Amino acid sequence: MTLQFNDETFRDDYSFHNSQRAIDRFPFPFHEDSYMYSVNMEQHRGGPADSVYEKRFDVDEHYVAEMRDRAMVLADDPLRCQCLPHMTLAGWDLLELIMVSKSEDYPDLFELHRDGDTWRWVNKPMGIDDTFTFMDETTLPYGPMEYITRQAQGDFCVLDQRDENLWMDAGMITTQADWSLDFDIGMNFFEWHAPVPLAHEKGIFVRALKFLLNIQQGAPARRLNWTMTVNPLLDTSPENYHKWGIQKTSLTPENIGSKQHLRVELQTFFRLPRSNALVFPIRCYLCSFQDLMTKPKWGRRLHRVIRDLPDELATYKGFIDNRPMMLDYLSQFDDGLPTSLGVFADTDTEPPLQK
Amino acid sequence: MPKFEFPPSIRSRPVYGTLEARPGKHHLMVADADGAEAILDVATPELMAKTHIIYIPKGAVFTDKLRALKPAQFYEGPSYAASLQRIRHVLQNAHMGLQIYLAGTEGLMGQAQNEAMQAGYPHTAIQTEHRGSIARRMQCVHCKGITEDVETDPFVCAHCGLNLFVRDHYSRRLAAYQGVCIDAEDPGNVPEAKGIYE
Repeated sequence: MTLQFNDETFRDDYSFHNSQRAIDRFPFPFHEDSYMYSVNMEQHRGGPADSVYEKRFDVDEHYVAEMRDRAMVLADDPLRCQCLPHMTLAGWDLLELIMVSKSEDYPDLFELHRDGDTWRWVNKPMGIDDTFTFMDETTLPYGPMEYITRQAQGDFCVLDQRDENLWMDAGMITTQADWSLDFDIGMNFFEWHAPVPLAHEKGIFVRALKFLLNIQQGAPARRLNWTMTVNPLLDTSPENYHKWGIQKTSLTPENIGSKQHLRVELQTFFRLPRSNALVFPIRCYLCSFQDLMTKPKWGRRLHRVIRDLPDELATYKGFIDNRPMMLDYLSQFDDGLPTSLGVFADTDTEPPLQK
Repeated sequence: MPKFEFPPSIRSRPVYGTLEARPGKHHLMVADADGAEAILDVATPELMAKTHIIYIPKGAVFTDKLRALKPAQFYEGPSYAASLQRIRHVLQNAHMGLQIYLAGTEGLMGQAQNEAMQAGYPHTAIQTEHRGSIARRMQCVHCKGITEDVETDPFVCAHCGLNLFVRDHYSRRLAAYQGVCIDAEDPGNVPEAKGIYE
């Protein structure tokens, strides 16, 4: 195996860490020095070599630890994974998509052997070697969606499409930016996005829905979203907010560089073939401020974005109280020089910090 | 009693209308408290001849007036829970052409709508009219406990005791608004409770 998996935690002692490779390939979400909502969709057909955009489902050094954390969340609260009865077929579609993609994209880590309906799935990092009958739920230890998403990084929303809308009718949600599947399941696209400020008025959701309803098989799309998290905590759920919310007050000027993390979601969208459902994986990447600041362009830009962000967004994203401390820290890494366009760090061409 | 005008809100918040008689072979009307007035307003002898009314007074005194409409069937339930088996029975034994009318508090309408949805009725085909109390049925997102008839924001979860703020985010499946801990980042700093729309 070429990939080394970290032995790390996303809770308690927070031993999560990014290697140099993980920092280099971190999906920095800002393509310019300011941020406002947009329907920032692009085709999900690969990307630069070794980037998080290259494979259909990125597998990185955090894979095994993230799956361990997911199992703990599910043991505490099984309602984080739910599937309304009419969504089972979409679950099989998703299982097939992930197994085929991972076995093709990472043949050294995953194998799929198909003989008619008899499938053998080998997941080497997690030590799984299961043989089952495709489309026969009784041959798997969980339903198909839960089975495969216990083995895939990121959250998964499985959306039914009917009445010219998308419906949140199934999901595996354990690394969420403060929303509850148990509360939102069964809602349509506008309803589950209802609490988001500003974007409705800008027509973002109407345009985004129109785009998503028309996604075709074999033509997946992607976009980035972001927020802020104190400590590398994956499970920032509303269910547990009364436990983790207090951690936001633990920031100090001394620890902010290591404690404050930029949380980026790589959201992808795939049409599923049998059910015509849409699967919406939300893959979470975390990077500490101090690791981000090793890239001069990202240091300059993050300061400008956070400084100029409308208060509504800083409030909605939950860091309005900590913004002044963030700016004190980030301003040290902004020398006022211009930045190159695009999200990549461009370390070969961007000048080092001039102060 | 005048109807309350709800302020504009987010997209997940239910919007209620005014009951109107629609063509149908059978009519199920479920109401609580002042919801009776919505039934009285829409009732005609032709409609009532095919209508089953399930009414939960909650202290209101409309039962005699509703009976005087001469509905085909009438049941006065002491509580929603006591009425639930009868509502389910009607929904499960209904034929094509049933019209459903819900009136009264949000908690009553939400729960009855959820029963109808589980029986296969699209929520968009169910008529609703808000009357009476503007109290909300709240779910604590932390312990999942339901607190009925919440009138203030914030309020104390009846189950886990956390101080919760009242969101407008609403789940049809739970027939409840979401309550979220208000002092998680500053324990004990709880604003004074005031009426939800004040």
